[in-house]
Amino acid sequence: MTISTPAGLAAPKPRVPALSVEHIAVHFGGLVAISDLNFDVNEGEVLSLIGPNGAGKTTAFNIITGFLKPTKGTVRYRGTSLNGLKPHEITGLGLVRTFQRTSVFQTISVFQNVMTGLHRRGRSSLWDTLLALPQERQSEKELRDTAHEILKLVGVEHRAADIAGSLSYGDQRLLGVALALAANPTMLLLDEPVSGMNASETAAFMRVLTKLRGMGVTILLVEHDMPMVMGISDRIVVMNYGRLIADGPPAAIQGNPEVIQAYLGVGAKKRARD
Amino acid sequence: MRRLLPLLAVLAFASIPLWLKDPYLLNACVTTGIFIIAAMSLNLLLGYTGQLSLGHVAFFGIGAYVSALTSLGFDIELFGGIRVVHEPWPVWIGFVLAVIIAGICGYLVGKLSFRVRGAYFVIVTISFAEVVRLVALNWVELTQGPLALTSIPPFTLGLPGLGYLDLYGKAANFYLVLAIGVVCYVIISRLTRSRVGRAMVALKENESLAVSVGIDVTRYLILAAVTSAAIAGAAGSLYAHYLRIIDPDVFMFLYTVTMVIMVITGGKGTLAGPIVGGLIFGFIPVVARSFASPESQWILYGALMILIVFVLPQGIVPAIERWFGVVDENEGRAKLEPAK
Ligand SMILES: Nc1ncnc2c1ncn2[C@@H]1O[C@H](COP(=O)(O)OP(=O)(O)O)[C@@H](O)[C@H]1O
Ligand SMILES: [Mg+2]
Repeated sequence: MTISTPAGLAAPKPRVPALSVEHIAVHFGGLVAISDLNFDVNEGEVLSLIGPNGAGKTTAFNIITGFLKPTKGTVRYRGTSLNGLKPHEITGLGLVRTFQRTSVFQTISVFQNVMTGLHRRGRSSLWDTLLALPQERQSEKELRDTAHEILKLVGVEHRAADIAGSLSYGDQRLLGVALALAANPTMLLLDEPVSGMNASETAAFMRVLTKLRGMGVTILLVEHDMPMVMGISDRIVVMNYGRLIADGPPAAIQGNPEVIQAYLGVGAKKRARD
Repeated sequence: MRRLLPLLAVLAFASIPLWLKDPYLLNACVTTGIFIIAAMSLNLLLGYTGQLSLGHVAFFGIGAYVSALTSLGFDIELFGGIRVVHEPWPVWIGFVLAVIIAGICGYLVGKLSFRVRGAYFVIVTISFAEVVRLVALNWVELTQGPLALTSIPPFTLGLPGLGYLDLYGKAANFYLVLAIGVVCYVIISRLTRSRVGRAMVALKENESLAVSVGIDVTRYLILAAVTSAAIAGAAGSLYAHYLRIIDPDVFMFLYTVTMVIMVITGGKGTLAGPIVGGLIFGFIPVVARSFASPESQWILYGALMILIVFVLPQGIVPAIERWFGVVDENEGRAKLEPAK
């Protein structure tokens, strides 16, 4: 498989931190979006970051992937500090995100979308390209093969030739994940991937996620769909008003009164009692 | 078909001097060809990366002046009484220097303005063109200012064992322009149909997403700016040695506008777009001359442009491609080979 799998990270999962978010604070002028955020994501783990709207989850993603600079604090990935790195350099380290709002290259084909996402895997130099050397053809062929594999993996292979903007909402979200996979992640950050999806699209997405976890990709998931979060997460951290209020396995989070109070609401409280 | 079409087009163009003997029309072919090369270079920036350079003629003019001055030589005094004398060099060195120096200018303008893009880039390019025009106009010792650089030598063709052949004639210049045009087309085509081109389109389409998959956006913007400026410089050099006289009017804003019109009507972001648009708008003045006064020619020019943009907002080439159902995978607008 072409999605790279970190060697020696198969189950049982060792508790080696892959990503460390160390006392991050983010201020937008007077607004404190994140006051103090501190957590680790272990290698191969599926960690969900949940919390009500405006809690600062997307902001945390923007910090981790270099789209925003934190006011305070550091993020480390596999020991490397991400301070001062540009977003594309962070992607180069294997840390790849998706966006909360649907993000695909709208006017080009699904296949070309993935080909574009494969950018960093191309092995031809500028001269190979200009002089049409064999290396160029070889590299392009490999990229095309990989693109087909990735489309198959996320299940939008049958739409490969269509313009991305013409896909259904759910398929566009899946293509968004395909784009992230194309960038060869060892860790994937998914920002509300199933919001707005119908039940069958959500189920399809869950299958993809399960496959990825099986391949050893570390996953940080932001999601409001509680059955999904509870079903797939190894661990959950809960944010409210820019700080963490809980950290633990799904069962513990479900029963945590502060979390129920802050986020899950009355319905969940009832479920937690059952 | 897709592969054959460019070849057939080159053959058709190459046949023109064989049957077209009217010097006025042949002259129009040469100048149109030069402007098509310039429009192709603009298309790389505008059509693929989505950056509008409204000072593109600066690179064209710089190419023209660099090439002319290299082949004419000059003798100037800089600040502090330092005298710089340059003996005339062969024209082909002028051409190479035109490409390199225009490319360096593209790099600098790109570096300056790509931090903040969009409108800012438009303004920087316009200002740059105006500054260069003022230098050409006022540095009389070097450029002769409004008096123009005259007697610029033509390109020469070295024939082994036979000495040199000056390319004075219109037909000879036509073939020169065609040859350079083909080389520029191949360069642009290879770049845009590779992962370089995909990166450029990605940053035009959705910059955050491009960055998130690991594309170094600035690098590809600069690459596009340098290549684009270098090719415009090549066109400028061809222009100088064909007309054999240039003055600061080569920096006219109207020339940039002409290039933009050629690209947009033909279809930006397509390889054939600037050629189709260039042919139409290069020959309108020629066709219109027979029945319209110069003023009404401009009206015709404008009306046709507005008509094309309204009826075919994406340009002529994409419309034709859709009509015939041919679409180029590598230009990213649609179908691909059947899935394996
Ligand atoms: N670029 C920004 N400028 C100013 N305020 C912002 C910006 N991005 C987010 N915020 C604010 O920060 C807070 C956290 O937002 P966000 O991270 O999007 O929350 P979540 O993803 O958890 O719903 C909100 O109050 C939001 O309005
Ligand atoms: Mg959010």
